[in-house]
Amino acid sequence: MERQNMATMTAQEMLSIEERYPQVFRRPLYKRFAPLFLFVGILTYLVYVLWFFSLPQVLRESHWERLPLFLTQWISYDLQPEFRLDQPEITPRYPRFSALGENPNPDWVIRNPDGSFTVLIDGAAKSVTFDKALATIVANGQTVPMSLTSGKPVVAGPVPDWITVHDDEVVAKMGFVGEVRVTVDRVKVRKRFLGWANFVFDTRSPFFGKSAGEVVSLIVSGPELKPGTSNLALAGDNIWNNAQWQHGDVWTKLLQTIVMAFLGTLLGGIVAFPLAFFAARNITPSGVLSQVLKRFFDFMRSVDMLIWALFFTRAFGPGPLAGSAAIFFTEIGTLGKTYSEALENIDDKPREGVLSTGANGLLVQRYGVMPEVIPVFISQTLYQWESNTRGATIIGAVGAGGIGLKLWEAMRTNSNWANVFYMVLLILLVVFIFDNISNFLRRRLSRTIHDYNRLQAEQG
Amino acid sequence: MTLSVTAPSLTTPSAATRQMADAWRRQTSLRRFYTVLGVGLLLVAMFASMWFADEANAGHFFDRLPHILDFLSWLIPKDWNDVWRALFDVASPHDTGTQEFNFPLGRVYVWGGFYIPEYFELMITTVNVALVSTFVGFVFAVPFSFIAARNLTPHPALRLVVKRFMELLRAFPEIVIAGLFAAIVSTGPIAAIIAIGLHSIGALGKLFYEINENIDMRAEEGLRAVGGNWFERVRFADLPQVLPNFMSYTLLRVEINVRASTIIGAVGGGGIGEELKLSISRGFGAKTLALVLLLFTTIFIIDQFSAWLRRKLVGEQAFMMGA
Repeated sequence: MERQNMATMTAQEMLSIEERYPQVFRRPLYKRFAPLFLFVGILTYLVYVLWFFSLPQVLRESHWERLPLFLTQWISYDLQPEFRLDQPEITPRYPRFSALGENPNPDWVIRNPDGSFTVLIDGAAKSVTFDKALATIVANGQTVPMSLTSGKPVVAGPVPDWITVHDDEVVAKMGFVGEVRVTVDRVKVRKRFLGWANFVFDTRSPFFGKSAGEVVSLIVSGPELKPGTSNLALAGDNIWNNAQWQHGDVWTKLLQTIVMAFLGTLLGGIVAFPLAFFAARNITPSGVLSQVLKRFFDFMRSVDMLIWALFFTRAFGPGPLAGSAAIFFTEIGTLGKTYSEALENIDDKPREGVLSTGANGLLVQRYGVMPEVIPVFISQTLYQWESNTRGATIIGAVGAGGIGLKLWEAMRTNSNWANVFYMVLLILLVVFIFDNISNFLRRRLSRTIHDYNRLQAEQG
Repeated sequence: MTLSVTAPSLTTPSAATRQMADAWRRQTSLRRFYTVLGVGLLLVAMFASMWFADEANAGHFFDRLPHILDFLSWLIPKDWNDVWRALFDVASPHDTGTQEFNFPLGRVYVWGGFYIPEYFELMITTVNVALVSTFVGFVFAVPFSFIAARNLTPHPALRLVVKRFMELLRAFPEIVIAGLFAAIVSTGPIAAIIAIGLHSIGALGKLFYEINENIDMRAEEGLRAVGGNWFERVRFADLPQVLPNFMSYTLLRVEINVRASTIIGAVGGGGIGEELKLSISRGFGAKTLALVLLLFTTIFIIDQFSAWLRRKLVGEQAFMMGA
């Protein structure tokens, strides 16, 4: 299309276009090659970074196979019964603190009349049946028997690719639902369930294992499970102190994070507010003071929130007080800077009007300046509040209180990903709610600002 | 035309004037009531929050307040020259083999006797993490922003998907991504880059598509008229308009990411944050001061440089509200 148009153009026309737009066709050399230089520069930098972080080596040594494993653990849990074959009688054993509680008797572990066991991992289609001499694994439409009598498990017939035979152990992987590990003296099963185990009541609770209907009827009209306490209070206490999910602790820590952001931003705003008037070039009584304050704001901002957090953690001990103080100090700088810039951008006419009535300095600020800047101030403060609500999580991890530390500790062991995901969901929820509150308030304010500007324009 | 309006007397206002004044007074008193109520609620929330934060903290505010200066006393080194020695890895006369004064140990030799001091090396790591993750954010945010902009999107359903995805990236706590990838690529700067990079995609993407939604559509229409496809229109009509603003926001993101990279470093991402955390928790005065000085100076320089560049790119509007 373009080429056709070009073809119908005469050389003269092209020349005249070149004549008319010298700024497009005859640009200085450095401008013409600037994109190229930029590109080469970025490329060089990327090569340098590749070397600096020894990226190929790190990627080679990383364990990508863990990623899907961890991600499935976010939304699922597993049960790992073990069956000893070297005892007189085969009995299932569950790890301590398993999600089934103290007397596990799941319906997917079946004791057959002949003394053998069948474990249904995904119905009968994926299962294992075994006694002391023979184990039979069923999966993917195949039935694989293995003899356990000759010192190590011996698979009879061809070995399918979902079964791995090690020296003394046979491992059958069945995908998401679990796996079976067989040696001559024990069978280990891992069965994976979608969902979160014991999210409401933990295994020690008297309500454990009861359906929602049973729990409700117990609370409404059941006999007191613990003498002296109403069932409702007991249920609440059991949920709040759930040992596995620690709802009480998580929610308290979440509230701490919210409080840190709120307190830090609000106090920062309160301190920055008067200082900004002295820092704004057009309002300050002294130019030196303005410069000093502006450098002070820069200082407070440039001493990172991390440094403040570490210092205050040492000063006040770990907890939300340290976090609030860290956000407070950083916010003095950030809000002081934005407030004073907003003040420097105001329209001078209302101020002159108030001044002409003979009002004193304070009254001029109150009636000539504040109506114009207050919506802007509040809007900027809300914006910072929103951003600090996100940021407060992370400084918590260095000891400044809140959910950050809890999150970090849950991740350290790489075993509690469901708890991590629970906290992540709560954080996402909080961020979502606060974003919407802040957006709503700011939209209302921007309407005020808009109306104000329109009125000013109409009145000339 | 005859003028029959009597001038309103100042002493005895007319009924209409009185009515107006009453209405005005009612309105202002209502507004004042709302303002007082709002400020009152805010104050109540503030004091409740203060009490709550104080209760939950390990040390309480008024118990610890007199000891604030004690805590600062360890920060003041016995010999102020140690700050410079720590910063440049010069041997200290106070070195007794403890970790507090083993400055030359951290030297990173590059060429013969020429070395980069440890803290500079760590600072470079932190800055590199910030730069690379901003780069990652930029590379992905640009195409995403054109898909997510209402006026430029190739398909409304795709727009919704990309927008939600970016929202998720933005709100997802960086520390969780860092922790997850620490278990996969081992703790260190790579996990930090992934965490901050993913967050940057969401953050930059949002700012970018908001810019895209406010562009002048005439260039786009021109290209559409000559039959340009979606890619050509975006490349030749839209990108040139928005690129200065994109660069401005990207520079702002660099500033934010340097701070984020320091913090992620402190929780295991490597770099200067980790060293600072160790140094403060062990109470090494000279080392802490050297690290704070270096970090402060670097952030200050990056902020000022970025502000200067942004002013050159888009003028004063780079500093307007919400930027």
